[in-house]
Amino acid sequence: MKWKRIPQQLQRLIILAAIFAVLFLIVRSFLIPVDFGKYGHYRASAVEEIIAQGMHYAGQEACYDCHEDVFETKRGGFHQNVSCEVCHGPAFTHAETTDTAELEAPTGRGYCPVCHEYLPSRPTGFPQIVSASHNPMKPCITCHEPHDPEPPQAPAECTACHAEIARTKSLSHHVYVPCMRCHETPEEHKINPRKVLPGKPKTREFCGGCHAQDAPADKGIPRIDMASHNVRYVCWQCHYPHLPEAR
Amino acid sequence: MPILKEVSGYIYPNEIELHWGILIVVYPYLTGLVAGAFILASLVKIFNVREVQATYRMALLTALAFLIVSPLPLLTHLGHPEKSFEIFLTPNTKSAMAMFGFVYAWYLMAVLLLEIWFDYRRDIILWEKKESGIKKWFHKLITLFSSDASEQSLTFDRKAIKLITIIGIPSAFLLHGYVGFIFGSIKANPWWSSVLMPIVFLFSAIVSGIALVLLIYMVVTPMRGKEIDMACLNKLASYLFYVMIIDFSLEALDFIHRIYESEESIHILSELVMGKLFVSLIVIQLLIGMIVPLLAIAGVKLFKAPDELRKQVYFLSALLVQVGIFSTRWNVVIGGQLFSKSFSGLTAYKMTFLGLEGLLMSLFLLLLPFIILYVLFRVLPPWEEMREAQ
Amino acid sequence: MKYKVKESSKKLPDRRTFIQTLGSSCVLLLVPKFLFARENKKGAAWTYSNGYAPSEHYYGMGIDISKCIGCGRCANACKLENDVPREPFFFRTWVERYRIFEDGEVAIDSPNGAADGFKPGSAPEKNLVRNFFVPKICNQCDKPPCVQVCPVGATFKTPDGVVLVDSQYCIGCRYCIQACPYGARYLHPEKRVADKCTFCYHRIVKEKLPACVEVCPTQARIFGELEKKASPLVRFMRMNKISVLKPSLNTEPKVYYANFDMEVR
Repeated sequence: MKWKRIPQQLQRLIILAAIFAVLFLIVRSFLIPVDFGKYGHYRASAVEEIIAQGMHYAGQEACYDCHEDVFETKRGGFHQNVSCEVCHGPAFTHAETTDTAELEAPTGRGYCPVCHEYLPSRPTGFPQIVSASHNPMKPCITCHEPHDPEPPQAPAECTACHAEIARTKSLSHHVYVPCMRCHETPEEHKINPRKVLPGKPKTREFCGGCHAQDAPADKGIPRIDMASHNVRYVCWQCHYPHLPEAR
Repeated sequence: MPILKEVSGYIYPNEIELHWGILIVVYPYLTGLVAGAFILASLVKIFNVREVQATYRMALLTALAFLIVSPLPLLTHLGHPEKSFEIFLTPNTKSAMAMFGFVYAWYLMAVLLLEIWFDYRRDIILWEKKESGIKKWFHKLITLFSSDASEQSLTFDRKAIKLITIIGIPSAFLLHGYVGFIFGSIKANPWWSSVLMPIVFLFSAIVSGIALVLLIYMVVTPMRGKEIDMACLNKLASYLFYVMIIDFSLEALDFIHRIYESEESIHILSELVMGKLFVSLIVIQLLIGMIVPLLAIAGVKLFKAPDELRKQVYFLSALLVQVGIFSTRWNVVIGGQLFSKSFSGLTAYKMTFLGLEGLLMSLFLLLLPFIILYVLFRVLPPWEEMREAQ
Repeated sequence: MKYKVKESSKKLPDRRTFIQTLGSSCVLLLVPKFLFARENKKGAAWTYSNGYAPSEHYYGMGIDISKCIGCGRCANACKLENDVPREPFFFRTWVERYRIFEDGEVAIDSPNGAADGFKPGSAPEKNLVRNFFVPKICNQCDKPPCVQVCPVGATFKTPDGVVLVDSQYCIGCRYCIQACPYGARYLHPEKRVADKCTFCYHRIVKEKLPACVEVCPTQARIFGELEKKASPLVRFMRMNKISVLKPSLNTEPKVYYANFDMEVR
């Protein structure tokens, strides 16, 4: 189609559209960052800006470069994987310029309970205390060396760690059954709780010792017929012994 | 933080702040009015409905006035409005939102402005010959200094309008369907994520657009000292009624589908609908904004009510429809953020009064199109008697 | 006069017209290329200014729920390391506590994102059946919905699989925050741009661990390479049964949970 044969109004529109398009392309070429789209649909230098961000945590390898003695103390202990900066705070500046930025460690009773206060949601076996009743006036570090903590004595009672179970059991008919009657517990479990685990009753006859028809036990205890009552299971596979169903 | 008291159940910590506030409610409401008004105009043109011819230009100008304002709420809600041009320069082709620039530019430049231009061109040329001063030059400028009003070029204008209308209807569908898609495509949000979302948005847009043109017609005509044409009004009300029926069915379908499928999110969503959204969804959107106007319009048609009563009923119904559609947008945008994506809790929306994202700004943005429309009515009068005789 | 199609154009075009048309269509074909695509070296190997080559790594994180003690040191360290606003509520990582009671009720909480740890509080009246802590963090999805929806290309995935935000380029539209199913993004109150966990990108490119992993006292978080055989993360994934959050959304998260519970969302 020849330009002259296009109606006048359309000619004007085409000129206007062309001006707009050219202007857009010119402005566009000025405004798009030069490195946009270099690696993908983003500004390539954004990555450099992000990795230029300053660090606050040095990482525990940096600490051990100078504090080898602490490394030796911690090695093999319960806190060997607790990074120094968990308690001492971010140490990057300290590691770069040793004398200017001194680090502190919490010495009061406030900090250790962040991890070691008893919370029912904490995993069983993780050492926990009730700080309100656990030597309330003494700072933790008077008895526990934080770099190599050991329980000063093995816990006297199972409830020191297994408070959640103790609480449940206190509501149950089994409240007077001591833990050790059912759980054979090697002494080593108190020191190495995850490595050496206590036992559980292996047979039906163990529970039958009290609950069988002819067991030599108190009359109020519920009895079952051992021969006919779900022979294929050990009792605790159905009944929760810390809170048996019959209340 | 006082807002914590309004939180029930568990929400992710970053969810305490609602990210899209009332401005993002205003945005789809405005674009809905644009699409609706334009589709009404196109229906008039394509099916050549004589009764509503009087509203054709009015609807086009209404669409233009609202289209000019519709990106403003988006712009003001941005964290960095000064960087908004990036959306035109480096649009992420995978992002629904990045298509905004193209959809908007296409609709404004290739559809709405062109259709208005071709429709008014002959009149402006004839007006300009009688005028003087600034007005003359302004009219000259918007004809792009083309003064060809020969029969031949007018034939071309008519053909062009036909073509633009045909392109325009899918474009209007695209404009508002696209706004629905922005919400409907967010799979993280079960309240939004629905294939029906674009279609529901579209039909509610048509509802609101027709109701708006009806309102403007009923307000402007007496103000000009003219008589309201009942045939036109009745036709508009019928359109409104039928589209509302479709919109109502679609929303009902969406609702039933959700309840029937009863996915993981159903508990938190029913808690939301029966609690924090009860007034705005069930009472305002459904009852006041949908069922009452439907019954009212059906009533006056069925019982052949006198004209005076009809006018009042139509006017009130159209007003209620506006309230209802605004509430629809509110329920989608705000409702979709009131529940946690953990599906375990509800949060609250604290609207500010002042500030860029506050209520005052929204009211201003809702008022602004009417001011623009007033100016447009002055420079491009859409009235039938202003059409120059052929 | 009608604008009829010219008679001559119905015939085959002559050579001159043909070449003209061909030439101009070729130019037109280049237009979309010029408009949209300036991405050429995508996927190719390149290195950052410190010599780190992102294409040689692929990162993920393992989280062992049964090891988390809810001390919240991770949330705290993250805020220190990345200058995340301290005032509530902005978190790149946080810890949730789940308590599931005998009657089936689930109580979830995360006071201040656990940045100060959890307080003992009053004992619940009902009996607990299961209870545990769940650390949460950006899942660095393999198919990140946030990157998909970003209108301008201000958030992106690097070749080592980490999703980053360009704070200079972000316009603050918050569409990415809406699109994230995990609530991992927030609007930075001062910068007014989207912000999220970067796996401590400034640290990992210098062979340091992310801050949250560095300070976790029980090794509940394991950071490492996903595609190398000798990696603590690969071992973690071999030794445990693994779950991810919201797998039905097909975002393909790269944060893997061991000892997961169905109540975790």
